[in-house]
Amino acid sequence: MDAAVERALPGRGRDGRERVLAVSGLVKRYGKQEVVRGLSFDIVRGECFGLLGPNGAGKTTTLRCCLGLVDPDGGTIELVGEPVPKAAREARVRVGVVPQMDNLDPDFTVTENLVVYGRYFGIDRATLDARIPRLLEFAGLSAKARAQIRTLSGGMKRRLTLARALVNDPELLILDEPTTGLDPQARHLIWDGLRQLLAQGKTILLTTHFMDEAERLATRLAVIDHGRMIACDAPRALIAEHVEPEVVEVYGDEVKAWAEAHGRGLAKRLEIAGETAFCYAIDAKPLLADLATRTGVHYLHRPANLEDLFIKLTGRELRD
Amino acid sequence: MWRRNLLVWKKFAFASVLGNIADPLLYMVALGYGLGALVGEVGGMPYVAFIGTGMVCQSAMFTASFEGMYSAFSRMHVQRTWEGIINAPIALDDVVLAEWAWCATKALMSTTAILLVIVALGFGHTWLALWILPLGFLVGLVFGAFGLVMNALAPGYDFFTYFFTLVITPMLLLSGVYFPVDQMPGWLASAASVLPLKHAIDIARPLMLGRVPDGIVLHVAVLAVYAVGAYYVALVLTRRRLLK
Repeated sequence: MDAAVERALPGRGRDGRERVLAVSGLVKRYGKQEVVRGLSFDIVRGECFGLLGPNGAGKTTTLRCCLGLVDPDGGTIELVGEPVPKAAREARVRVGVVPQMDNLDPDFTVTENLVVYGRYFGIDRATLDARIPRLLEFAGLSAKARAQIRTLSGGMKRRLTLARALVNDPELLILDEPTTGLDPQARHLIWDGLRQLLAQGKTILLTTHFMDEAERLATRLAVIDHGRMIACDAPRALIAEHVEPEVVEVYGDEVKAWAEAHGRGLAKRLEIAGETAFCYAIDAKPLLADLATRTGVHYLHRPANLEDLFIKLTGRELRD
Repeated sequence: MWRRNLLVWKKFAFASVLGNIADPLLYMVALGYGLGALVGEVGGMPYVAFIGTGMVCQSAMFTASFEGMYSAFSRMHVQRTWEGIINAPIALDDVVLAEWAWCATKALMSTTAILLVIVALGFGHTWLALWILPLGFLVGLVFGAFGLVMNALAPGYDFFTYFFTLVITPMLLLSGVYFPVDQMPGWLASAASVLPLKHAIDIARPLMLGRVPDGIVLHVAVLAVYAVGAYYVALVLTRRRLLK
């Protein structure tokens, strides 16, 4: 089929790949406040799409709209081919959700949690019995099959929640801040699990405010703030487009004096936050040469990352 | 959801049944035989049977209220179980409906347990007494719905104390559980006639004596209106609380 024709087909996204989620002009108001203001994005099969934004940017509201738990005030949503909220129930049959806060059922064991949750999807016992050992293995919880939920660590609970979201073999997996509150080891285990799923061809929608998480996992990122999308592309492309490639962080007692006297002239862009001066440059060599001659300031030279992008796009002021 | 609750109940069945029976049973035996020795027959039956019938309705009320408030609140707010379920292809309305049915089911269980004890003590040997079982379910629907209304409004467990002080206790004392309502001054007796528990007891007592209650249609209608009305309010309030 001709590529242009294929692209024009309904339900297809970029490169003619199937769209698993299509959001167009989404608006949600609470009272007079517009929390989501005309948000549009597509997720195609097999990608990991990251939704990035400060607290209160509208991420969770957007997810709740997509799942049909909240009725939007405007725009259209198509989830796994079904219109939402009209056919939200049909859509949710084929979607898995990992919520921001654990809601495992403390009255049941690990295995029972998976069985009971599977039943909510109307999956029969034989299918569940065949599926659950593999899910436990995926979550690294085979040895804990009969354990009570309260005996699990935070990381184990999260892995079980992830396994639970896979109980219906979903086409799209939605994760709302999946590693918030976990230690580094536990986070890496979750990331490994998610990479395995991507390698199997699963599609993932992820919200996070951890930049390293977004950078590691997401094939494409949307930065949203105040309910609007401010940028959307592959992580490296976004950084290249919006931020100078090299960053020098300067700190020390005399950093402010140095910044005003020398830094501003040498850096393309310089921002002071607390006791640190962030110097952004196309080429940092002149900056580094100058800093090498100074006493009373220390510095760190590094490539630009997502955090720089995020701060540039959403500002430094505190939210929440 | 209903099945989930049944599964959990099975795990704690013994303690739960004990709790459901032991309390009303103690009241029934202690007050029934203790006070019963002083007052003799009340309303055409021994005082033990009189208070026993009251206890059946009271325990249905207590069980369903507890389930609709404390247990449902744990599942909704503390454990976030409801939140997990509505991410599956199940709507919040289904969850609330299942919780409601579960409240009434638990009321039916405790009604059954206490009725068995009354029968074992030698009272209520009439087939009509079996109609007390569906009555217990209906009472469960009324107070389960009341409980779910409170649940939808509650910021925390302490909130439920209001319900006990303002609703349950007056209901208990004015509906004729412990003594016939006609012992009270007229104005108080007529005030009591709006209470759902009074209507439940007006159905239960004649049944225990093997008579079809007078005005049964009205009594059932009052209970049904309370049940459906409160359930509707609970549904609207719960939607407002969780789906925003």
